[in-house]
Amino acid sequence: MTEPLLVGTDLFKMYGTTPALRGSSLTVRAGEIVAVMGSSGSGKSTLLHCLAGIVRPDDGTVVYAGREISAMSDVERSALRRRDFGFVFQFGQLVPELTCVENVALPLRLDGVRRKEAERRSREWLDRLEVGDVAGKLPGQISGGQGQRVAVARALVTEPKVVFADEPTGALDSLNGERVMQLLGQAARDTGAAVVLVTHEPRVAAYADREVVVRDGASLDLERVA
Amino acid sequence: MSIGHSFLGLLEGRPRHGYDLKRAYDERFSPGRPLHHGQVYATLSRLLKNGLVVVDGLEPGEGPERKRYAVTDAGITDVQEWLSQPEKPEPYLQSVLYTKVVLALMTGRPADEILDVQRTEHLRLMREVTRRKTGGDLAEQLICDHALFHLEADLRWLELTAARLNELAARVRP
Amino acid sequence: MTPSWLRELLLGARMALSGGRSGLARAALTAVGVGLGVAMLLAAASIPHMMQARGDRGAARADQNYGMQVERTDRSTLVGLTDMQYRDQSIRGRLVQAEGADPALPPGLTALPGPGEMAVSPALARLLLSPEGALLRERLHYPTTAVIADEGLLGPAELAFYLGADDLADDVGGVGRRNSFGDENTSEGLDPVLLLLVVIIFVVLLLPVAMFVASAIRFGGDSRDRRLAGVRLVGADTGMARRIAAGEAMLSALLGVATGALMFYAGRSFVGSIELMDISVFPSDVQPDPVFAALIALAVPTAAVVVTVLSLRRVMIEPLGVVRRGGDTRRRLWWRLIMPVLGVLLLLPLMGSVSKESEGFSEWQVIGGVCLILLGVATLLPWLVQSVVRRLHGGPVAWQLAIRRLQLDGSMSARAVTGVAVAVAGAIGLQMMFAAVEANYQRFSGQDPTRAQVYAAVGLPHGWSDAATVTARFAATPGVTSVGSRSILTMELPPKPDGDIPSAPLVLADCAELRRLAEIGDCADGDAFVVDNAEFQAPAPGTAVTIRDESLAEPWTVPAGARRARPLTDPVNGTTAGVLVTPAALPAAVVGRPGLSLQTLIAVDPAATDAVDRVTNTRWEADQLGATWELNPTVVDNKFAQIRRGLYAGAAVTLLLIGASLLVVVLEQLRDRRRLLAVLVAFGTRRRTMSWAILWQTAVPVVLGLVLACAAGLALGAVLLRIIGAPVAIDWTGIGVVSALAGAVILLVTALSLPVLWRLMRAEGLRTE
Repeated sequence: MTEPLLVGTDLFKMYGTTPALRGSSLTVRAGEIVAVMGSSGSGKSTLLHCLAGIVRPDDGTVVYAGREISAMSDVERSALRRRDFGFVFQFGQLVPELTCVENVALPLRLDGVRRKEAERRSREWLDRLEVGDVAGKLPGQISGGQGQRVAVARALVTEPKVVFADEPTGALDSLNGERVMQLLGQAARDTGAAVVLVTHEPRVAAYADREVVVRDGASLDLERVA
Repeated sequence: MSIGHSFLGLLEGRPRHGYDLKRAYDERFSPGRPLHHGQVYATLSRLLKNGLVVVDGLEPGEGPERKRYAVTDAGITDVQEWLSQPEKPEPYLQSVLYTKVVLALMTGRPADEILDVQRTEHLRLMREVTRRKTGGDLAEQLICDHALFHLEADLRWLELTAARLNELAARVRP
Repeated sequence: MTPSWLRELLLGARMALSGGRSGLARAALTAVGVGLGVAMLLAAASIPHMMQARGDRGAARADQNYGMQVERTDRSTLVGLTDMQYRDQSIRGRLVQAEGADPALPPGLTALPGPGEMAVSPALARLLLSPEGALLRERLHYPTTAVIADEGLLGPAELAFYLGADDLADDVGGVGRRNSFGDENTSEGLDPVLLLLVVIIFVVLLLPVAMFVASAIRFGGDSRDRRLAGVRLVGADTGMARRIAAGEAMLSALLGVATGALMFYAGRSFVGSIELMDISVFPSDVQPDPVFAALIALAVPTAAVVVTVLSLRRVMIEPLGVVRRGGDTRRRLWWRLIMPVLGVLLLLPLMGSVSKESEGFSEWQVIGGVCLILLGVATLLPWLVQSVVRRLHGGPVAWQLAIRRLQLDGSMSARAVTGVAVAVAGAIGLQMMFAAVEANYQRFSGQDPTRAQVYAAVGLPHGWSDAATVTARFAATPGVTSVGSRSILTMELPPKPDGDIPSAPLVLADCAELRRLAEIGDCADGDAFVVDNAEFQAPAPGTAVTIRDESLAEPWTVPAGARRARPLTDPVNGTTAGVLVTPAALPAAVVGRPGLSLQTLIAVDPAATDAVDRVTNTRWEADQLGATWELNPTVVDNKFAQIRRGLYAGAAVTLLLIGASLLVVVLEQLRDRRRLLAVLVAFGTRRRTMSWAILWQTAVPVVLGLVLACAAGLALGAVLLRIIGAPVAIDWTGIGVVSALAGAVILLVTALSLPVLWRLMRAEGLRTE
């Protein structure tokens, strides 16, 4: 078995007086797809935010490739997210005034890649996700399924080590959702990216290699229990 | 559908007469579809033969109704094994699962573990079917989808039941 | 049965209130925004009544005869003018003395104060009691027996007194007889040029306020659209949704009008304690003109409905969401040009027609023309922003985000900036007009404050023999370094062939003082000198003249032995000209006339505090009817100075108001994009990148707005200058200052919005929805 790539241990997080995480732990190995399941409000999104370094946990540690994310400054975490992580959310993630190809190029450009080069690589990824034809359109002019594929392209364009996907198919019908999951899974395996997939849909979780259930802010690795 | 395991589970609480067993079973697990007397006695004699139950006492009079049965240690082990083993995911599974959950609750075993184990098994199968589907042609995909939708329905039921375990426990516990 | 449109309007009104906390916040924000604007409009609408009331009270207490003879009757009262300065405040002073049995009373008094007693205004009473009034107490040390009531004052902070006297005479300068107070028509109206200025100031200041009100009505438009989508979902058609929106806007606007009225009346009660630019106002004078007030109360809700319906035209509210149209509609130029062109066409016929002496002009034509030109800025700006932004691309991420946003929805940002652009354009036009007009209203007095700083005029009770004593008293006043005294009389020269009687000045002083006025050489009492300067030729020695001084008319001959002398310059009168005489050279009737006016030039130590007021005290002791003033190289017409100060105060308030509305718009945009910001943060976007994006997004339309505003302002200024017949000159400093001010407002708004941006950029934004 490969070395763990991303390890969250005993994570606690409060929002106001509401506990969102109560001692949740999760290990992600390089290249594996982990489904994080749980009912709404169980804390699965918060777990993703902590693992991705978006939110700093109140207690517990997140270690990525031997470095403790939870102890990094905001600037360092931002840089890490730009370079090593990719993100897909449920909705409202594409910048409405940028064209699709510009949206995909955004993470590259944020990290200093020149515009021409960034857009060339972005077009490749759009083609790979079967949405090469919408490259020049604005997000408002394309369908939800196309939008999610553009978002997946954007998450993978930097060839990240980990892709965090929070309900990536939540707003799609089942056919479109399945296709997006197939493409995401395929692309992740091709590039060797690990995927942390937060979902409440079993059929989406079935694209993962294993599943973790978050219940009341604590995560259960059921396969290990069994 | 294992009537035998259900009987063993019911007997774990206290020894019962055959008639009593049938009534308890009908009430809890099969309302509206009562067991035939023949089924009851066939099952009980199989359990006796396998040493999972013993006759605990005899009321005065004639007929099998007068026999009182108790579960043996072997019988308890058998129930335990049955409960902890996930069912092979298949359509119309929920009646077996339901029986298992209720028995676990009645006998003070952790019912949520049963559900979790089952859930893991379901997802494992779903992943397998999903993999088959991803590689297959359209016919294969459609067949896989059929299976996936059913499995998903089971999973949803498992989740729902898990969320309502406490409610259920309050009902089935005497 | 209520008609359905009414039901829908009412439903909209209810929705404005029942939108939960955010809905209420939105309604409150709009109400406050609209209220601020309405309060300002109401204040502006009150100005006519305020001026009228002040003018009326001023006319009712008018007491100057301007040389007209008034018959003595039972009602006669003698009034001596003794206005004075204390520090930098003006005090209206009058000496009053009953002549008849039942003397006329000035308004605000129930009886004339007895000799040596004072009636004072409340503000003067306070000043006299305060530590700041110590020096003034030395001057006005009389017992106060009455307080002047409000109807005798222009404003609550006016300093004024009536001092009872018993030694006034009708034939003394500065004293007049009144049988009643008040004149029909004393207040001098504004001349057409000043009126033009005032009209334009009003337009320039109020137009941005009106635009602020319009933008306040749009506060929260996006969340409103989403709510309307919800209404569509339950079965409302587009028309119903629009009527609901209109009802919502109307209620917000009505709440705004009510808030504005409340703010206005709350502010009004404070008005009495404020003194701005030497003007104070009684709260009761602040009454909005009923026609204007009604117009505001009607126009604001109507505008709210119109603005809402117009803004909804570009938005399709579908049951499942809101679709904004017009991202790629090209804005057409031609109709946007109509307004400014019409404006110029309206103003063109006025060219050269307004001057200080002209009859007046059509105010509405000017208001219409200026409004149209300025509104042209508002209509041209979105077109300009779109056409420029369309051609921009490339650049770093922040720039790309900003430009793309402007390309997609430039009208939003352009609209927010429109107010600034209109205000700047107006200010530049005004500034140009001011610079030109200022020259006409500010003249060089020829005074030289480096040699003497204070001028005092004192009537000598026994004629010239008192001059030395008075001069000595001035010299002994603390802070005074030198004193020079002379009397300047007038000589009537022999009539010219055309019947015109020329006159020349006759300066009476001792030799020492005369030496400062001309190069006279040797001098002894009894000498006389004749001095010509470049512009004026003095009468030759031996000319028979008549010396005139108040009621005196004494024949005299310029002494044959008078020597010619070269002129020197005097700190007050410039280059000397006329006849200079020592006392012995004049008849006793002239030199010894009681009341002969001694004019004294006094130099004071610049370091000595209050020297001017001490001199005034000395002068007051010597002669209450005398005068004291400070020398000043330029004299600015008082009315002009007030208008300019009013403009600056108004411009500051307007810019702040616009800044506030810009801030609201920026914050609202940010809040609408909360989720997107959170996603960008997840991607590892730096704060710096987003901050720059916000700055570019505001700065680009602002810079374009300023360019347009400068162009429109210059055009407006040029037209205005042609109207008053002045040469067109561009006041670059004025443009610079106004643009810099507007730029500062933008920077301030961006700076204020950054903390909110950073707060929204925390990842919590991902949790919402």
